[in-house]
Amino acid sequence: MSSVAEEVHHDDDHHDHHHTPGIKRWLYTTNHKDIGTLYLWFAFIMFLVGGAMAMVIRAELFQPGMQIVEPNFFNQMTTVHGLVMVFGAVMPAFTGLANWMVPMMIGAPDMALPRMNNWSFWILPFAFLILLSSLFLEGGGPNFGWTFYAPLSTTFSNDSTALFVFSVHIMGASSIMGAINVIVTIMNMRAPGMTYMKMPMFVWTWFITAFLLIAVMPVLAGAVTMVLTDKFFGTSFFNAAGGGDPVMFQHIFWFFGHPEVYIMILPAFGIISHIVPAFARKPLFGYASMVYATASIALLSFIVWAHHMFTTGMPVVAELFFMIATMLISVPTGVKVFNWVATMWRGAMTFEVPMLFALAFIVLFTIGGLSGLMLAITPVDFQYHDTYFVVAHFHYVLVTGAIFSIMAAAYYWLPKWTGKMFDIKLAQWHFWCSLISVNLLFFPMHFVGLAGMPRRIPDYALQFADFNKWISLGGFAFGLSQLIFLALLIKACRKKGDSVPARVWEGAEGLEWEVPSPAPYHTFETPPVIK
Amino acid sequence: MSDQQVEKYYVPDQSPWPFVGAVALFLIAVGAGNFVIETTKGTEGYGGITLIVGLLTLFVMLFGWFRDQINESMSGMHGVQLGRSYRQGMSWFIFSEVMFFAAFFGALFYARNIAMPWLGGDSNNAMTHEVLWPGFEAVWPLVTTPGGTTTEAMGWGGLPLYNTIILLVSSVTCHFAHVGLEEGNRKKLIVFLGVTILLGCGFLVLQVEEYIHAYREMGLMLTSGTYGSTFFMLTGFHGLHVTLGTLLLIIMFLRILKGHFTPKNQFAFMAASWYWHFVDVVWVGLFMFVYIL
Amino acid sequence: MSRGVYKWATLLFSLLSTSVFAEGKSMPLNLTKGASDISAQVYDLHMIIFIICAVIGVVVFGAMFVSMLLHRKSRGVTPANFHESTTVEIIWTIIPFIILIGVAIPAANTLIAMEDPSEAEVSIVVTGSQWKWHYKYMDNDVEYYSLLATQQEQIYNKFEKGENYLLEVDRPLVIPTGKKVRFLITSDDVIHSWWVPAFAVKKDANPGFINEAWTNVNEPGVYRGQCAELCGKDHGFMPIVVIAKDPADYQIWVDEQQAIQLAAKEEEQKLLAMNMEMDELMSVGEKVYTSSCAACHQGSGEGLPGIFPALKGSPIALGDVSKHIDVVVSGVSGTAMQAFGKQLSLKELAAVITYERNAWGNSTGDTVQAKDVNAIVKGQ
Ligand code: HEA
Ligand code: HEA
Ligand code: HEC
Ligand code: CUA
Ligand SMILES: [Cu+2]
Repeated sequence: MSSVAEEVHHDDDHHDHHHTPGIKRWLYTTNHKDIGTLYLWFAFIMFLVGGAMAMVIRAELFQPGMQIVEPNFFNQMTTVHGLVMVFGAVMPAFTGLANWMVPMMIGAPDMALPRMNNWSFWILPFAFLILLSSLFLEGGGPNFGWTFYAPLSTTFSNDSTALFVFSVHIMGASSIMGAINVIVTIMNMRAPGMTYMKMPMFVWTWFITAFLLIAVMPVLAGAVTMVLTDKFFGTSFFNAAGGGDPVMFQHIFWFFGHPEVYIMILPAFGIISHIVPAFARKPLFGYASMVYATASIALLSFIVWAHHMFTTGMPVVAELFFMIATMLISVPTGVKVFNWVATMWRGAMTFEVPMLFALAFIVLFTIGGLSGLMLAITPVDFQYHDTYFVVAHFHYVLVTGAIFSIMAAAYYWLPKWTGKMFDIKLAQWHFWCSLISVNLLFFPMHFVGLAGMPRRIPDYALQFADFNKWISLGGFAFGLSQLIFLALLIKACRKKGDSVPARVWEGAEGLEWEVPSPAPYHTFETPPVIK
Repeated sequence: MSDQQVEKYYVPDQSPWPFVGAVALFLIAVGAGNFVIETTKGTEGYGGITLIVGLLTLFVMLFGWFRDQINESMSGMHGVQLGRSYRQGMSWFIFSEVMFFAAFFGALFYARNIAMPWLGGDSNNAMTHEVLWPGFEAVWPLVTTPGGTTTEAMGWGGLPLYNTIILLVSSVTCHFAHVGLEEGNRKKLIVFLGVTILLGCGFLVLQVEEYIHAYREMGLMLTSGTYGSTFFMLTGFHGLHVTLGTLLLIIMFLRILKGHFTPKNQFAFMAASWYWHFVDVVWVGLFMFVYIL
Repeated sequence: MSRGVYKWATLLFSLLSTSVFAEGKSMPLNLTKGASDISAQVYDLHMIIFIICAVIGVVVFGAMFVSMLLHRKSRGVTPANFHESTTVEIIWTIIPFIILIGVAIPAANTLIAMEDPSEAEVSIVVTGSQWKWHYKYMDNDVEYYSLLATQQEQIYNKFEKGENYLLEVDRPLVIPTGKKVRFLITSDDVIHSWWVPAFAVKKDANPGFINEAWTNVNEPGVYRGQCAELCGKDHGFMPIVVIAKDPADYQIWVDEQQAIQLAAKEEEQKLLAMNMEMDELMSVGEKVYTSSCAACHQGSGEGLPGIFPALKGSPIALGDVSKHIDVVVSGVSGTAMQAFGKQLSLKELAAVITYERNAWGNSTGDTVQAKDVNAIVKGQ
C-alpha cells in the first residue's frame, strides 16, 4: 500500500468556493465534506436516540417485575432500538466517513455524483422521522423486533406497520444511492496511478461494502413489500393456508440480514487497517491478503444466512451446509486479525486515543467473533439461540466492533476535519470509561444467556436478577460515558484547541495527510499523480 | 482508466433539487402508508392527498433536476469522466433492480419448490401433511391452496405470448433506434423509437386486459394463495417498470424532437435504452418461470 | 481435547458460580449437562468450542500484549519494516481451517442424532398460541392448555415473588423417563419456540407447519423452559414446565387424566340442562377472564387502543348475544382473537361472556347459559 503523492496541490486559497452561508449551505450542498459532516452528526444523534431507548430497556430490566414500561412498549423499544442503531447510527456513520475520506484518499475532487449524494443524505432524517413518530400513534410503532418476522409483523401487527414499511423503503433508497455513489467514485475517480492494488484499505473495504449494499438492500425492500401486501392486500407469501411459509420470510430477511452485518463491520476493518500501521509506525502486514480476505468474507456472507434460523426446522442437510459455510468465515476474518497483530509486531507503538480504540476493537471484536463461531455450531446454537448469549455476541461485534471503530476513526481524522487537536484529556476519559463500562454491560450477558435467559423479554426469573443489575449499571455508565464524547465533539466543532499540521499523526500514511488541516473545502481539483 | 484524466471533473454547485426530492419521498412514504391503511381499513384521512402531493413534488424535482443537468450537458460542462460516472451509476442501479426482482423470484421458487411440497408432506414434513393439511395435494400451479381457496392457472398462450413477442420486438427496435442515433440518422432514430414506444404502450394495454380477465373470469386474484400472490407481484412490478421505461422513452423522444443528443453525447438515451432492455430480460424470465414452467 | 484442560475449565466455571455470586438465587454460569444423553453431548460440544475459542483468544491477545509491551516507542525501539510473508499467511489460514474441521465432525454427528425423531414411543403435539401452550397426547385422549401460573400481583411488584417466578404453569406437561418422546411442534398464530434447556430441545412453532423434536430423559424431575421466539406482548410470560415421571407413574397419570377428561365431558352434557345464577356466572367469569382474556383486553376491559379492542362499552359486548358468543367461540380469523370454543368449557364460556356483558359498567343484565353457547357451537 504505497500511495505517495508525487506532486501535491495546495490550491486551497484561490478556490475558496462560495457556498451560501447559513442553513441553505447544508440543505443544498453538493460538497462531499459537508455531506460527510451531515451524515456523521445525524448518525451521532441517532446513536443517542437509540441509546436512550436502550436505557429504557436496561432500566426495565434492572430488577425483576414490571416497573417502568408495559410489555408492549418494551417490545417497541427493543425493535426501534435495533432499527435506529443499525440503520440510523452505524450505517450512516460509515457512509459519512466514506464521504469525507474516500475522495481524499483516492485523490478525487468530490464524489462521482454530488447531487445524488445530497439526496441520499436528506432522505434519512425524514425516514427516521416517520419511524420514530409512529411510536406516538395509537397502538404504537413497530413491536415485532428489528427482524420483523411474519406473521407477527403481518396478520398480528398494528396498522402503523404500513408506515414502518414505507420508511424502510426510503431508507433503502438512500442506502442504495449512497452505495452507488461510493462504488462509482472508487471505480471512476481514482487519481492517475492509483491502481486497485494501491488503494488504501478503507477504500477497498468500502468498495466491497458498497457492492454488498447494492446487492442486498433491494432484497430488504422486497421483504418489506411482501409484508405490506400480506398484511393489507391478502397475499399469502408467509401464510401456510395459502401455500406460503412464515419461514420463507426469514430466508428473505436473512439473505439481506447477514450481509448487512458485514456491511456494518467491513468498513471498520478498513479503519483499523489505517490506524494500527500509523501508530505502530510500520506498514500494514499482508495488504494483498487483507484485500482477498475482505472479498472472501463478502462472498461467503451470501451463503450463510440460515445460521440465524437453525431452530426453524430446516432439513438436516441444510443445517449442515449453513453450519460449515458459517464456520468458514472465521478463516478470512482470522487472517485479518492476525495481520493486525503482525503489523504491531516489532513496530514502535504509541498509544494515542485512536490507537487505544483500535486496540480495544481488535480484542473485543475478536471476542465477539469467537462467540459468533460458537453460535455457528448448530447443535449448540439450539441452546444459545434467542438468548442473551446472542445479544452478547452481537453487541460485542457491533458496539465494541462497529461503534468503537467509528470512534477510533473520529479521533483519527477529527484533527484533519477541524484543523485543531481535540481535547486529549477528555478523549482519554471517554475511552477508559467506555472500555470499562462496556464490558460490565455486555460481558455478563454471556453468562445470563448460558443460564437460559431468553432475549426480548421485559421481565425475567429471579435467578437472573443479580447479573441484570450489573448489566444495567454498566449500561447507564456506558451511556453517560458517551456524553463525554458529545462534549468533546461540540468543543471540536467550535474549533477550540491547538492547530495541527497536515500530517497530524507522525506515522500516518495516505493522501488525506498531504492536504492541509483543516482540509480545504475543495481538495484535489487537479488530481495528484501517484507513483 | 485513471491515466486518461485531463479535463477537470465537473462538480456542480449547490442545488435545491436533492432536498426537494427528499421532501417528496417523505410525503410519498407518509402518504402511501396512510393511504394503504385508509383504503384497506376503510377509515378517513389525508393519505391519498399526501401521496399525490408527494408524487407531484417528485415530478417537479425530477423536472428541475434534469433541466439543470441537460443545460449543463448542452453547454458542454460534462466531460468524458463524468459520462463514465453516469454510465456506471446507471449499471449499478440496474443491478439493484435485478436484485429487487430476485427477491420476488426467490419467493416464487421457494413457494413452489419448498413450501408447497412441504405442506404436501415432503422432506421432514410428513407430519405437517398428516396432521394439519391431510387433504392437500401439492401440485403447481397451486390452484387449490391448503386452506381451500381455488383459482385457475394462467396459460402461456394468447395474451402472454403476444406480450412476449411485443417486448422482444421492442427490444430490437430500441436497439435500431440506438444504431440510428450512433449513425447520426435522425429519421431512423425517430421512427424506431416511436415504434418502441408504441409497442411498450401495447404491452401495457394487453397486460391490463390480462388482469381484467384474470379477476373477472378466472378468479385469479392477489388473494388466491401463493400462485396468485407471486403472479401478480411479479407481473405487477414488471408492469410498473414497463410503465416507467415507456415514460423514459417518451421523454427521450421529446428531447430528440428538440434536437438533443449527438452520437457522442447521448447518455440519457443510452440509460433509457439499457433500462428498456433490462425490463425485457426480466420479462423473459417471467414468461419462463411464471407462465410456462 | 485433553481431559485436564476440560476439568480446569469446568472447575473455573463452578468456582465462579458459587463463590462470587452466592447472594440471592444463584444462577449457573454455564450451560448444564441437562437431563438426556443428547443434552450432555451438546454440553460437551459447547465446552470443546469454548475452550478452543479461549485458547485462540489467549494466543492472539497474548501476542498482541507482548507486542504492546515490548515494541513501544517509549522503549526507544526502531520499527521493523517487514510487511508480508507468504509462508506465515498460509500457515495461519490452514491451521484455523483444520481446527474447524475438527469441530465440525462431532457437531455434525450430534446434529444428525438430534434431528432423527423416528421410532418414538410417545408422541405429543405441542401447539403455541398467544400466550400459552397446548399439549395433546397422540395416543391417548388427553389434551390441555398450559398457562403461566404466576400472579399478576407478583409481576407488578404488589406481592412477594415466589421461588419459580415466571417459570411456573397451571398444568405442566408430563412425560415418561427412559423412553423416546417425540414433540410435534406447531402454532395457532405467530411463531413461538418451544425450549427446554435441560433437554437441549429448542424448536420453532411455525403456524401451518409441524416441526419435530425428541428427547429421552434419564432422571425423573421437573424441568423448566420458556418460549424462545418473540411472539408479541406476552412473549416473556409463556413458560414451559415438564415433569418427567418414571414409566409406571406416567401410566398412572395418563389413566387418571383420561378419566378426568372423560368425566368433564359428561359433566358438560349435564350442565346443559341447568341454569346458573348471575352471581356464580360472574365469579367464574371473572376468573376465566383474568386467566384467558385479560392479557389482551386488559383487566379493566379497556383493551390497548389500536391493538386490542376495548370490551367495555363495545358494541359487541352490549349488542346481540349470539354475535358475542360467536366471536368468543370461533374467534375473528386473521386477527389475534383466537377461537376459545376449544379452549374453554361451555360453562366457562357462558360465564366469561356473562361477565363481559356485566362488568366495567357494561350493564346489559344478560345471563348467558351453557346451553346458549352450545346452541351456537352446534349451529356451526
Ligand atoms: C457487525 C456485525 C456482526 C459480525 C461481524 C458478526 C460475525 C459473525 N457472526 Fe453474528 N450476528 C450479528 C452481527 C454480527 N455477527 C447480529 C446483529 C446477530 C443477531 C441478529 C438478531 O437475531 O437480531 C448475529 C447473530 C449470529 C448468529 C445467530 C445466532 C442465533 O440467533 O442463534 C450466528 C450463528 O451462526 C452468528 C455467527 C457469526 C459468525 C460465525 C461471525 C464471524 O464473522 C466471526 C468471525 C470472527 C472470528 C472467528 C474471530 C477472529 C478470528 C480469529 C482470531 C481466527 C481464529 C479462529 C478460528 C478459525 C477458530 N451471528
Ligand atoms: C449498532 C448497533 C447497536 C448498538 C450501538 C447498541 C447499543 C446498545 N444496546 Fe443494543 N441492540 C441492537 C443493536 C445495537 N445496540 C440490536 C440490533 C438489537 C436487537 C433488537 C431486537 O431484538 O430486535 C439490540 C438489542 C438490545 C438489547 C436486548 C433487548 C431485548 O432482547 O429485549 C439490549 C438489552 O440490554 C440492548 C442494550 C444496548 C445498550 C445498553 C447499548 C449501549 O451501547 C447504548 C449506549 C448509548 C447511549 C446510552 C446513548 C448516549 C447517552 C444518552 C442519550 C444520555 C442518556 C444516558 C443515560 C440516562 C445514562 N440492546
Ligand atoms: C391474544 C389476544 C387476545 C385474547 C387472549 C383475547 N382476545 Fe378478544 N380480541 C382480540 C383482538 C385482536 C380482537 C379484535 C378482532 C378484530 O379485529 O375484529 C378481539 C375482539 C374481541 C371481541 C369483539 C370486540 C369488538 O368490539 O370487536 C370480543 C367480544 C372478545 N374479543 C372477547 C374475548 C374473550 C371473551 C376472551 C377470552 C376468553 C378474549 N377476547 C381473549 C385479542 C384477544
Ligand atoms: Cu411465545 Cu414467545
Ligand atoms: Cu449472520
